[in-house]
Amino acid sequence: MTRHRKIDHPDDDNRLDSMAQGVLGKPVDRLEGPLKVSGLATYAAEARPSGMVHGVLVRATITKGRVTAIDRQAALALPGVLAVITDPRMVRYSAQGMADKGPKAGPQTVDYHGQPIALVVAEGFEQARHAANALHIAYEEEPAPVDPDAVTPEMPQAKQKAQGDLDAAMRDAAFGIDSTYTTPTLMAAAMEPHAAIAEWDGDNVTVRAALQMLASDRKQLADALGIELERVRLLAPYVGGGFGSKLGIAPEAVAAAIAAKELGVPVSVALTRMQEFDITHRRSESRQRVLLAAGADGVLTGIGHEVLVSNLPDSPFSEPVTQATPFTYQAAHRRIVHRIARVHRSCAGSVRAPGEAIGVTVFEAAMDELAEAVGIDPVELRLRNIPDREPGTGRPYSVNRLGDCLREGAHRFGWSQRRAPRERREGEWFIGMGVAAAVRVNMLIESRARVTLTEDGAKVETDMTDIGTGTYTILRQIAAEMLGLPVDAVEVHLGDTDFPPAAGSGGSFGAASSGTSVYLACEDLRTRIAERMGCAEAELRLQDGRASFRNDTRELRDLLAGEVLVAEGHVEPGDAEKQARQATWGAHFAEVAVSRYTGEVRVRRMLGVFACGRILNEKTARSQCLGGMTFGIGMALTEAVEHDPRSGHIVNRDLAAYHLPSHADVPAQDVIFLPDRDGFAGPMQAKGIGELGICGAGGAVLNAIYNARGVRVRDLPATPDKVMP
Amino acid sequence: MQTELFINGRVHRLEADARTTLLDALRHHLGLTGTKKGCDHGQCGACTVLVDGRRVNACLTLACMCDGSEITTIEGIGEPGALSPLQSAFIAHDGFQCGYCTPGQICSATAMMDEIAAGWPSHATGDLNAPVTTSAEEIRERMSGNLCRCACYPNIVDAILEVQG
Repeated sequence: MTRHRKIDHPDDDNRLDSMAQGVLGKPVDRLEGPLKVSGLATYAAEARPSGMVHGVLVRATITKGRVTAIDRQAALALPGVLAVITDPRMVRYSAQGMADKGPKAGPQTVDYHGQPIALVVAEGFEQARHAANALHIAYEEEPAPVDPDAVTPEMPQAKQKAQGDLDAAMRDAAFGIDSTYTTPTLMAAAMEPHAAIAEWDGDNVTVRAALQMLASDRKQLADALGIELERVRLLAPYVGGGFGSKLGIAPEAVAAAIAAKELGVPVSVALTRMQEFDITHRRSESRQRVLLAAGADGVLTGIGHEVLVSNLPDSPFSEPVTQATPFTYQAAHRRIVHRIARVHRSCAGSVRAPGEAIGVTVFEAAMDELAEAVGIDPVELRLRNIPDREPGTGRPYSVNRLGDCLREGAHRFGWSQRRAPRERREGEWFIGMGVAAAVRVNMLIESRARVTLTEDGAKVETDMTDIGTGTYTILRQIAAEMLGLPVDAVEVHLGDTDFPPAAGSGGSFGAASSGTSVYLACEDLRTRIAERMGCAEAELRLQDGRASFRNDTRELRDLLAGEVLVAEGHVEPGDAEKQARQATWGAHFAEVAVSRYTGEVRVRRMLGVFACGRILNEKTARSQCLGGMTFGIGMALTEAVEHDPRSGHIVNRDLAAYHLPSHADVPAQDVIFLPDRDGFAGPMQAKGIGELGICGAGGAVLNAIYNARGVRVRDLPATPDKVMP
Repeated sequence: MQTELFINGRVHRLEADARTTLLDALRHHLGLTGTKKGCDHGQCGACTVLVDGRRVNACLTLACMCDGSEITTIEGIGEPGALSPLQSAFIAHDGFQCGYCTPGQICSATAMMDEIAAGWPSHATGDLNAPVTTSAEEIRERMSGNLCRCACYPNIVDAILEVQG
């Protein structure tokens, strides 16, 4: 039976608060923890089907043009080499998240430097890797722009917004800020590189891959291969991080499937770390002009956010940098400008919190500039500009906890100890504090799950993924809570398209969307148990494997009497998402030390206060926020892709030259969740969490650098050369 | 070529291409996929294993260089039901999310604790004449060869401190 619900109205019943098991929200250890700490959780490249051979992708060494000839003789003559594959169905880059179709095919047309153009397959990995270097490739090259500042950008009408007269507001303002910031190309850089193992059984293919959203990935792969959806099965039981890079089907999965069919054996294709930089989606660099007009009291009268981002010609994605700008702060006069430079750098796509990650970070740095100009406390400036209703639309907020987060954070962090810029010194080090708001839109996506109840416990099945987000554990907790079972009595099976299709992991919507589908399936099971107890579902109490209604308590085992109950839950977004502005809220606080001699910045402590609806697991939710905050440290201080100005090629394409924060860069971090419920998000009142932590975090670090040293870095990241006054 | 490897207390006779790294020998030839490939260039630490008790990047080590060596991989540190104290602490402190860097973090930390116990100093050690003590700062410095993009760093430090603190 399927329990379907479209979220057309806010659900403020808070049913989960009255369930009896008491496990939801608790810091339960990860279900798959023992497998992960002992190396037994198997990721994409870690199956070894009999007869498997290895493929290595070959990259283009021109920026734009055509492959005119590939001389394969030298490669094919090497020991173990089985094939050089250049099938026109092979794809040039990954699909954008949730696309219905495969990404652009035809690898012999080159769109960017580093694009895959062929696959060399050999019996052994070392043989394939060596042979991939032995191909002789001839190109017909065309000139192509690679510098976003050197082309005339597109300005799609639908992406421009204006209200009132911002120019007049800027002229009349007691205080105005007009600052331009730049952020570099950034990479997701998940620790597990993309990989796929494809194996055919007749006309059916099974691909084990590193993917975040199996239901749409399956459609994309079927489309790319030109076969029916039903012939494709995807497996991704464990995924070694995603951060957006594994949203869509990618070149290695398509190539592995084609090669496996052609050769009649299973084929494994894993990207090298350098290919990971070349091929996977990058977060577009941005140029952001922020205009702020304010009265003498710091109350905003005008807000402008004008951005330039880039992508390949024809790509439907452009980094939605200003996504949160329309609803974070009030001002009568507003302008959003969105420009897209069409250049032949690699394909840009979603990376953790596309839009807000860099948009909120920069906007919050500009707000710090305004606070300084007006001469009021940065926390106070923000508090004075929190709108009552969504500016522009007049819609209510589902909830708006920005003020609460700022106040709670200021109290906990000891914000009152903050001093004027350059006033606090400890020997060589200048010490400063910074604050930034955290804002991220909240979404619900259609999702299904099946829950099976037997006398031994429950089993949850869905093609949802756990990319480190805690899905296994929270789905287990939801089912345990709803069905009154100890968590150990609930199994969870994910990452297999044979299971009901889920939202997938992306856009922070995974937990609430797939969680609600499990909730609904369990609601159906509860109804059927209640019938056996002779009561209404709402009157039923389930706890520790027992069902109770008034004085009647029975073992679930006896009620089932050997029967197996199966239910499917199916949630869809509805009108509720139009009735109110839904977002998640937070505040970041950072303390940094800046060396007066070297400009080195050390983050000394960080606090994030967040309100994102019901917390499903305090432990895994906190870890998600730690991860986001640390992405913020990287964005503020160390991470930047360098493009070759001639070819657009990513020069620093490895982890020695693209600097992720390491242990020594990350101090003690605190995360606080405010108790929160948002009925507009559905019957669980739970919202997204995976991306909120990154939104604005880097801004708090930049603002702390200003407070420490009096240096305003507007060209991210704030490397020592830029921090030296 | 033929190499004899002693892995987790068992002898493995490997017949492989001379170019095979210890990492690929484990993953492709011996079915020990607990050791992870994150970069293949010694930059991320996901492939950290113990060779004769010392932590090394298996991706920078050719399998044939380890002929006769004692190798411990994550599978040899502990298994579900018989986890090492450090593995258990990683679970309790949520010292991982996606889990991909985790075997490397745990192997690295296992050897690091021995290095501290043996009195090896690090960049974070203040007094070279005093005994080295375990502190969050020492752990952060010594574990910086192991990247975690999920960024469970504070949790990893807590897990290690619980075991050795």
